Amino acid sequence: MKKSFWPLLNTLKSRTTVPWCRSHFTYYPDKSPKEVISTGNVTEKMNMVQAINNAMDLVLAKDPTAILFGEDVGFGGVFRCSVNLRDKYGKDRVFNTPLTEQGIAGFAIGVANVGSTAIAEIQFADYIFPAFDQIVNEAAKYRYRSGGLFDCGSLTFRAPCGAVGHGALYHSQSPEAYFAHTPGLKIVVPRGPVKAKGLLLACIRDPNPCIVFEPKTLYRAAVEEVPTDDYVSELGKADILRKGKDVTLIGWGTQVHVLLEVAEIAKKEHQIDCEVIDLVSIMPWDRDTVYNSVKKTGRVIVAHEAPLTQGFGAELAASIQEKCFLHLEAPVKRVAGWDTPFPHVFETFYLPDKYRCLAAIKDLVNY
Amino acid sequence: MSLIRQTLKHFARINGILAKRLLSLDNANVQNRYNNSTSTDDPSQFPGAKAPFVSNLKLIEHTDYDAIPIYRVMDSDGYISDDSQDPQLSKEVVQKMFNDMVQLNTMDKILYESQRQGRISFYMTNFGEEASHIGSAAALEMRDLIYGQYREAGVLVWRGFRIDQFIDQCYGNCDDDGRGKQMPVHYGSKELNFVTISSPLSTQMPQAVGAAYAMKLRPNNDACVVCYFGEGAASEGDAHAAFNFAATLQCPVIMFCRNNGFAISTPSHEQYKGDGIAARAHGYGMATIRVDGTDVFAVYNAMKLARKYVLRENKPVVFEAMAYRVGHHSTSDDSTAYRSADEIEVWNSKEHPLSKLKSYMVRKGWFNENDEKEFVKDVRKKVLKQINVSEKKLKPNWKEMFEGVYSEIPAHLKEQMKELESHINTHRNHYPVKNFQE
Repeated sequence: MKKSFWPLLNTLKSRTTVPWCRSHFTYYPDKSPKEVISTGNVTEKMNMVQAINNAMDLVLAKDPTAILFGEDVGFGGVFRCSVNLRDKYGKDRVFNTPLTEQGIAGFAIGVANVGSTAIAEIQFADYIFPAFDQIVNEAAKYRYRSGGLFDCGSLTFRAPCGAVGHGALYHSQSPEAYFAHTPGLKIVVPRGPVKAKGLLLACIRDPNPCIVFEPKTLYRAAVEEVPTDDYVSELGKADILRKGKDVTLIGWGTQVHVLLEVAEIAKKEHQIDCEVIDLVSIMPWDRDTVYNSVKKTGRVIVAHEAPLTQGFGAELAASIQEKCFLHLEAPVKRVAGWDTPFPHVFETFYLPDKYRCLAAIKDLVNY
Repeated sequence: MSLIRQTLKHFARINGILAKRLLSLDNANVQNRYNNSTSTDDPSQFPGAKAPFVSNLKLIEHTDYDAIPIYRVMDSDGYISDDSQDPQLSKEVVQKMFNDMVQLNTMDKILYESQRQGRISFYMTNFGEEASHIGSAAALEMRDLIYGQYREAGVLVWRGFRIDQFIDQCYGNCDDDGRGKQMPVHYGSKELNFVTISSPLSTQMPQAVGAAYAMKLRPNNDACVVCYFGEGAASEGDAHAAFNFAATLQCPVIMFCRNNGFAISTPSHEQYKGDGIAARAHGYGMATIRVDGTDVFAVYNAMKLARKYVLRENKPVVFEAMAYRVGHHSTSDDSTAYRSADEIEVWNSKEHPLSKLKSYMVRKGWFNENDEKEFVKDVRKKVLKQINVSEKKLKPNWKEMFEGVYSEIPAHLKEQMKELESHINTHRNHYPVKNFQE
């Protein structure tokens, strides 16, 4: 097992196909996020893993009831987000659970029922479905069904999601829409380290059960100056990342970076001025920011990795046409993953990449 | 918050009162019953349990039971101490067992490295568990249906899955039976009665039970189902469902647990507190057996017995093969972050299934050092050659992305396919179409 076969393999001719890890986006770090300004500018360079680790570190230090758990969380987690935290806070507070997502979710609800803070990691968003019943029927409905006697608001789920270049069916999904269909849950998707930390801290402190879907392809690819202090990013608030007058582009997570690049190309090559909105918060979502932008531009594209049908873009499209109908110059356009499972070798063809988004912009402008 | 606290206090008070009452009952009545200890021949009439009444109050600890013993045939030196347990396999069969284990091991080493070079996107090795794959597969009939987890490539090797089939799947090229849809190692073969692997853990377990039930209902059924899973996967809710369905619906299924000590980084002692997976069987009303999974003959004998039992009785068996995951969980993992290299080395040398079988063969005079070297060399050559071939093969036509979602492509997907086709036609230089079949 120890003997290396590298030399043997190196005798083979070079690869005929593209490398597996080619990414479909260019990362755009935040230039001057309001989170940095609000905390007085004491920042440190962090990738998204470090920013998430830092957020959980702050919570565990300040909140003695806070516990952090999930599959393989003890040694640092498969993505290393909880690294060193077991050593720092002990194995009673940072620990591995047995391998069962429904167990993790139910356990987290119980922890929150008695007022303690639960930070639960689901190893991949693709594996959250055994926990669907606990999240959808229990966590989301606890307060409502008990007339406010009981709740589980002090729980937060973290789950890595999204395309990564080679994840195929079960390491690539973006299941935000399933959960957005459930009243009682808050759902957010960060686009980078500053947001990841601020949103996680906001979710942990929000008195409602929250899910943070973390685009795992950004974990190490995204690096920013992150405030070292405690701060929260407002839930339910979208960010306008680029001002424009012709077309509104709405996305979240990794797709935001695709749209920022598309906006740049549209401006440079086609003199089309795009406004780019990171929705940030899927539920609740920022109606004012979206409607105001669409009323200004009259054209809107919603882009997401999840399949088109019943993706969260459907909700946005329906709401936009209802509230901005007379301002629209063209139909609301969705650019999304196709209505198929997430395929392995066809990923390049599956994603709503920059070329598909750019083509949609041109269609809208020429409508 | 304050509401919750109040409620909890209330509960605590009620519990206190209840506890006091129970204690007084204890003193008055229970003491009495201890003296007139009635019979064990007065079985209860409760629908939920037929058990004798007793009057001695006692918690039963799991430690009150002995651990289920581990059946083995060979010791670490490949020596069989009890001749009656020697399966008496012919030289040819033993040689095939050894060769298949060596082939699996050699293929794993090269494919693991090929992932490291970025040639394939992912890989999972089977190091340390070769005997549980080969020993179990050898005891089965080809008509027996296999549901795997993801680390059972040896079962496929035994059944005749070819090197080109393994490697084409890892590349997801046009000759991959899975049509490039899944990550590497998600093999499947209709011909070899091996259901295609799915990444989510334990989902295959209740499915295997359902298949076994349906097969049982067929006239003159003479095939069973074998479901492989890890000791970590046994924590999932689906594992509970599978065990309970298998027992209550009396299904001819062997629930084969590969207990290799680790679920990624989580050691088995953090996965369960009881006596492994085998001990769970009795709780569900199933037969159970635990074997040394590094001893190919032990696995073989036990599997023969289990197969006979499930088909004769139409009942399930829980089968626990104890081993050690010598390799990392996958190419995405570095296991030295959570276990020592020394520990791994023990299982990779003295306790390795290959070294045990080799010692046995040496003793029998069936082992030829030169033949083995030639065999390894030959497998290595075949695998490397195949990597070269599989790498050059085109991927399936990108339109296949839309196939197999439904039995037929529905109108809305046809429309999406068309939209993508016209998009690709106008942006051909941005898509790797030349790597895909036309």
